[in-house]
Amino acid sequence: MLEIKDLHASIEDKKILNGINLKVNAGEVHAIMGPNGSGKSTLASVIAGKEEFEIKKGSLALDGENLEYLDPEERAHKGIFLSFQYPVEIPGVSVTNFMKTAINASRKARGLEDMPANQMLKLIREKSEMLEIDRKFLSRSLNEGFSGGEKKRNEIFQMAMLEPKLAILDETDSGLDIDALRIVANGVNKLRGKDNAIIVITHYQRLLEYIVPDFVHVLHDGKIVKSGSKELALELEEKGYDWIKQEAIV
Amino acid sequence: MDLKDKLLSSFLAFENNVDLDHPVHEVRSEAIKNFEEKGFPSKKEEAWKYTSLNGIQKVDFSIFPKKENTLEYKDIKKYFLHEIDTYKIVFIDGVYSSYLSETTHDGVDVCLMSAALTKPQYKQVIDVYFNKVASKDESLTTLNTAFSKEGAYIYIPKNKVPKKPIQIVHLATGNEAALMLQPRNLVIVEENAEVQIIERHQSLTGNEVLTNSVTEIFAAKDANVDYYKVQNDENTASLIDNTYISQKDKSIVRVHTFSFGGKLTRNNLNFYQNGEYMDSVLKGVTILGEKQHVDHHTLVHHAEPNCESHQDYKGIFGEKSTGVFNGKIIVDRIAQKTNAFQQNNNILISDKATINTKPQLEIFADDVKCSHGCTIGQLDEDALFYLQSRGIPKKEATALLMYAFANNVLESVRIPELKTRINKIIANKLGVRVGFEL
Repeated sequence: MLEIKDLHASIEDKKILNGINLKVNAGEVHAIMGPNGSGKSTLASVIAGKEEFEIKKGSLALDGENLEYLDPEERAHKGIFLSFQYPVEIPGVSVTNFMKTAINASRKARGLEDMPANQMLKLIREKSEMLEIDRKFLSRSLNEGFSGGEKKRNEIFQMAMLEPKLAILDETDSGLDIDALRIVANGVNKLRGKDNAIIVITHYQRLLEYIVPDFVHVLHDGKIVKSGSKELALELEEKGYDWIKQEAIV
Repeated sequence: MDLKDKLLSSFLAFENNVDLDHPVHEVRSEAIKNFEEKGFPSKKEEAWKYTSLNGIQKVDFSIFPKKENTLEYKDIKKYFLHEIDTYKIVFIDGVYSSYLSETTHDGVDVCLMSAALTKPQYKQVIDVYFNKVASKDESLTTLNTAFSKEGAYIYIPKNKVPKKPIQIVHLATGNEAALMLQPRNLVIVEENAEVQIIERHQSLTGNEVLTNSVTEIFAAKDANVDYYKVQNDENTASLIDNTYISQKDKSIVRVHTFSFGGKLTRNNLNFYQNGEYMDSVLKGVTILGEKQHVDHHTLVHHAEPNCESHQDYKGIFGEKSTGVFNGKIIVDRIAQKTNAFQQNNNILISDKATINTKPQLEIFADDVKCSHGCTIGQLDEDALFYLQSRGIPKKEATALLMYAFANNVLESVRIPELKTRINKIIANKLGVRVGFEL
């Protein structure tokens, strides 16, 4: 599904990604772990199409199609979804209207009519219940005054609404207490299927107890320095990242 | 002949048609003297640094329309808030149109200034209120005072609330190549009374129009006043709006100014607080394009303790439009425990658009809370990326963000149909599909 080959990316001439190779197939869950500043969030932003990052070398493809020159919205229309580490507050736009606009924009791009209002309401009700989101919450301005946990839950609600082919969860566990973590993970797991894939970016092993990955990769200095099964996450939890860093130097 | 000379000589003709023995005429005579002395303000004056009236003074305006005009309601319905029942005071080329209007004397007076300035039953009120809060030395105000004859007269007695909102609509038909209008409004809201007023100036053709309007509003103890100004005029129409508000204890006066068009618009909005525990609310949304120009000059004078004022003006400027915001707050030494807030946020969406924004605070009391903030910027790139990453195309995302930015000010609009209408105008201006309720 997603194929990244020798990807190098920079922001304002500062190199952040230094040759990433990653292949994600449909039905798989990949975890990307690594210390602060290793390039995890940058990788997520580059896949989603943030303009500030410049691809210097390598390639990025979804189902064989080069993504490099596609706008973020075009990537979204192709099924890429990024759950933001820091969701942006947008006063004046309610969660519901934002979702309606987003869903209808994607439908339009696929040549479909707007989703009928009753169908939209039903979908919103269904998905908000799944994530135990209060209805009142949906008429509030997007992310404005939301707690950290509410923001993250709202991200997964959006993911559930948009049903992406490839979801990238960037530090979705940060700011969540254990109950919220369970609800969010449960929501994500319901979206797992043989036709889609998930990349979980996280610092800690905690989230991976709930969203069990097929593969774990360790990112360091903009490179994947180690890949393995879910046991690798446990090893990292126990030993920290230092031994990985040392290995990388050698 | 330049406009000043023309106005001065027209005053003599004007005097042939008014009662020279009425005490109001003394006020007019004083006023024309002031205007003769001062003339039109120039860019050398600080308050007019960014707004030039030079162009206007070269136009050969008709000061008095030559003939009465009629219009069909169906042709102009769209300029009214027709979704709800309202009282209406309508003028065509400055002349009162009885068949388009709906006035009342049922418990409240919603009628004409020309009646109030001539009929004996209004004399007492006129003596107490007319030209009492309007400036006696600001030249454009005195120019209006000199020619004051027609406009809206609204009197709400103690404890009364009119059955419905009031619309004041000025229409210019274009029968004159260039027409100057000088409406004069007086609004008196007595103790514990309420009123909602919507004002609009609308030119119907591409002919030049200049309106120099003065409105005096008196809000007594516990009065509640909502005044909405809808400025969405043709690119050949200019408006100088001078509004003066005098407030007493525990009153609330909210003025919303929606500036979406016109060639040159200058809003001089002045609040004078004379009492305690009151609130003055000044809100504005400005969305301009082409070569449109809007200048908001606000003044809030806190003269007694324990009062509040809230100002929030948002502006979006495209193409070669220019905007000015100058917000002056005076807090007298005696006015302790004042809470004065002022916000002016602007977005420039074109390299050729300009905004000049300036807070001007003169605070003489020591126990006050005054906050002010002016921002000029572009749209938040992170917010844009966030919307795009959810599949909303950049153009639509940009429009949506601007819409949200401006729309925020509408929360305090208390006529739901007006709020919807303004929302739609904003959405139209920005090219947003609003198939939803916000």
